[in-house]
Amino acid sequence: MNEIIDFQLNGQPVHLNVSPDRRLIWVLRTERALTGAKFGCGIGLCGACTVLVDGQAVRSCVMTVKEVQGKAVTTIEGLAQGEKLHPLQQAFVEHDALQCGFCTPGMILNAYGLLRANPNPTAAQVITSLEDNLCRCGAHPRIVQAVLSAAENMKGGAL
Amino acid sequence: LNPHVPAPKEESALTLNRRDWLKLVGGGIIVFIYPAELAQAQDRLPSSYLRVGPDGLVTLFTPKIEMGQGIITSLAQMAAEELDLPLSSMRAIMGDTAQGVTDPDGGTWGSLTTRGAFGSGLRTAAARARAVLVTLASQELSVPRDRLVTKDGYVIDSANEQTRVSYATLAGGKNIEAHLDFTPRPKAFAQFTVSGKPALRVDAIEKVTGRAMYTADIRLPGMVYARILRPPAHGAKLTSVDTAAAEQLPGVTVKQVGTFWAVWAEDPELANRALALLKPVWDLPAAGPDEETIFAYLMGRYPSAQTVGQRGSLTTGEQASSAKFEQTYYTPYVAHAPIEPHAAVVTIENGKVRVWASTQRPFAVRDSVASALSVSSANVQVITPFVGGGFGGKSSFSQAVEAARIARAAGKPVSLAWTREEEFFYDAFQPPSVTKIRSGLDGKGKITFWDYQVYCVGDRGAALFYEIPNSRVRPWRGPGNPANTFARESHIDAMAAHAAIDPLEFRLAHLRNTRMRKVLEKAAALFGWQPARLPSGRGYGMACGEDAGTYVAMIAAVEVDHQTGEIKVKRIVCAQDMGQVINPQGARLQMEGCMMMGLGYSLTEEMHFKNGRLLDLNFHRYQIPRFSWMPQLETALVENNTLSPQGGGEPAIITVGAALANALFDAVGVRANRLPMTPERVLALMQIAPTLAVQPPVRVGDQVRVSWNGGPGIKLQKCAHMPPTGWQDVAGTEGQTSITLPLSDQSAYFRVIKP
Repeated sequence: MNEIIDFQLNGQPVHLNVSPDRRLIWVLRTERALTGAKFGCGIGLCGACTVLVDGQAVRSCVMTVKEVQGKAVTTIEGLAQGEKLHPLQQAFVEHDALQCGFCTPGMILNAYGLLRANPNPTAAQVITSLEDNLCRCGAHPRIVQAVLSAAENMKGGAL
Repeated sequence: LNPHVPAPKEESALTLNRRDWLKLVGGGIIVFIYPAELAQAQDRLPSSYLRVGPDGLVTLFTPKIEMGQGIITSLAQMAAEELDLPLSSMRAIMGDTAQGVTDPDGGTWGSLTTRGAFGSGLRTAAARARAVLVTLASQELSVPRDRLVTKDGYVIDSANEQTRVSYATLAGGKNIEAHLDFTPRPKAFAQFTVSGKPALRVDAIEKVTGRAMYTADIRLPGMVYARILRPPAHGAKLTSVDTAAAEQLPGVTVKQVGTFWAVWAEDPELANRALALLKPVWDLPAAGPDEETIFAYLMGRYPSAQTVGQRGSLTTGEQASSAKFEQTYYTPYVAHAPIEPHAAVVTIENGKVRVWASTQRPFAVRDSVASALSVSSANVQVITPFVGGGFGGKSSFSQAVEAARIARAAGKPVSLAWTREEEFFYDAFQPPSVTKIRSGLDGKGKITFWDYQVYCVGDRGAALFYEIPNSRVRPWRGPGNPANTFARESHIDAMAAHAAIDPLEFRLAHLRNTRMRKVLEKAAALFGWQPARLPSGRGYGMACGEDAGTYVAMIAAVEVDHQTGEIKVKRIVCAQDMGQVINPQGARLQMEGCMMMGLGYSLTEEMHFKNGRLLDLNFHRYQIPRFSWMPQLETALVENNTLSPQGGGEPAIITVGAALANALFDAVGVRANRLPMTPERVLALMQIAPTLAVQPPVRVGDQVRVSWNGGPGIKLQKCAHMPPTGWQDVAGTEGQTSITLPLSDQSAYFRVIKP
């Protein structure tokens, strides 16, 4: 049975008539054409599907669309202000903190969730926070540098 | 490659089929790129071409694909360098089979893109394109050609810099056919301003904003998402399937498509539900090997191997030996495990097939899809979006053929994206390997002979670069440099330990190859290597190797947890000679990536299986490296600008296993002859030989002396098998601290136990 699900998506209201148990990742990808959240494992183990719900990084492959009813969802497509990259995105570019790029949206959004909760993390805290986001290309050292650099550039400012 | 095949003439390159090309490409100045070995071939398709467009942008059409290795940046650098263009003016169309190019390497693999004929062809063609622009500008500006210079997309009169014309103007509004009466040469390395300089990835902005498209992101009108009924085990046969429940789901189609059953729906989750409702009956395969019995199983099937390298006489070498070493090394099935699973999207319209595929081999995909659908390859176009990691695993591409078959059966565009479980199940794993090495040392610590036999993974990396008077190398099949390097460098270290010679000194004493010497010395300098006898207790291990024309040396520092057996890698230093370096930044990225990825095959990665079933089908069981594993990584590029660019994507991964195994030995005095070095295995080895309790056996005449930290009730046990099973007490050792044994026990394991 379909239900009406209302939520904010990248700052815009969304009104969907969908089955409430559909996974958020597939609703985003098929109903809204937002393909930045990637399917990597399907059971919340790799983090490639990470999005923000009310500013918290969540695994969209294990979250139902009903769970975001009334909430604010941000995907990687909604992070930049027009052509102006978010400081995290900018830092990933400047540090070459990616290779194939498939895990990158999840890495950036997970880091966003971290910086929102802890604007001045230590390297150890960044590592702990990103531990369950998998990268096969081995961009790890640069990702940590990028997140620390973004935190520095944002000077603890609000996200 | 045959270096004697002449390069194609300018005229032929520029005039060949030009109407077709120009129609295809849409105008501008086009320069074709032919790899040398195709110059005299019947098939005159170029491997790539450059188009100088009326917008001043230069587009590279190439059969190569971007999977993270960064050639989208380095190829652009190579072309921009010769064209005197800023990197930002370069574009690339990659891995599209309908762009009139062909791939001389058959795929993007083997670290071939830059080092092969392709890379040098690209530079030559870009130099040619510049010469064409200068020739055209000479006519346009009425300035002699030799007075013209190029800079930032302009041809400029060096006598009057106000007299200039942009590439855009020269290319604008016309299809240009140009003839050169000379062959321009690519620039020398010393002239480089774009190549050879670190450049950030040109695809980064797309990738950080989510705009970068991967295959599963392609969406077409009317497209359905498909799933395929998979067997529970390799070798299982479907005897029947009850589809009734699945077919009752509205919007779902269930159909047998050739050899498999597929379901599809417009909603991917609906297709998942339908798949789960299928009730198959499988005829399971008979008992087969598992990850423990696989080695004997494979060796039984490959009883002999041919000799590919031989020098001197093994008998002579053996006679000159005062100590002999015999060891067998093992590596398991290792998965590629890219974060992006295989995916394909296929649409068929009016007999024309269009395929988007996550692949390293778009041209092979084209031909296989054509064959599967019984259409001509000319009617199949394969487009390769960004690939989310390949590592060789996306050289196999059955997902594209499956998607094509389903698209034909469905009569609709189809998206087929494998699940993680399918990705593991159908991975073309790095095969397990067994490497047997016999060797000897003389009384001065020089290697007297080297008898090397590798099963199952082939000779890539097996060739001997050490100076050994008597040697034989016998390989078998497939790519296997990490396995070969693990075996060779572990064995070298074991001999250095026996000879009580510092492992760096021991290696250098057997190396005349200056490239290898330089990378070893560079790595040692960067690491701050201090000579010591093995095992020193410091936890330092080194290894060196050659892959894809690149020389690499690596030194690792580890700590070993004596309670858990866990190896914590603290630091890895890597020095690499890869000839000319097009993008030093990108090269370092690849080295770091190799070191991080290499931690996996060294420490945890191993596919467990039994009777055709794979047991590690997602990331909770198959552990790939994570952030917390990250050592301090340091990279050094050893300058070698007289050598053309060599491979960059793979070399630095080959040495990780041996460097860590040697570091383990240096830390606690136990040698792991089998990868991965899981905590359980390390702990087992350490219990066999508690920290440095048993010293490395020392040769005494025709015997070996084994000594240990003995005491009341403590006795020595030995074991001849790998992995150690079937321990036997060594008679007469209780309460002793040393014993002398026949030489044949040299390669055995020893442990002390306190009953």
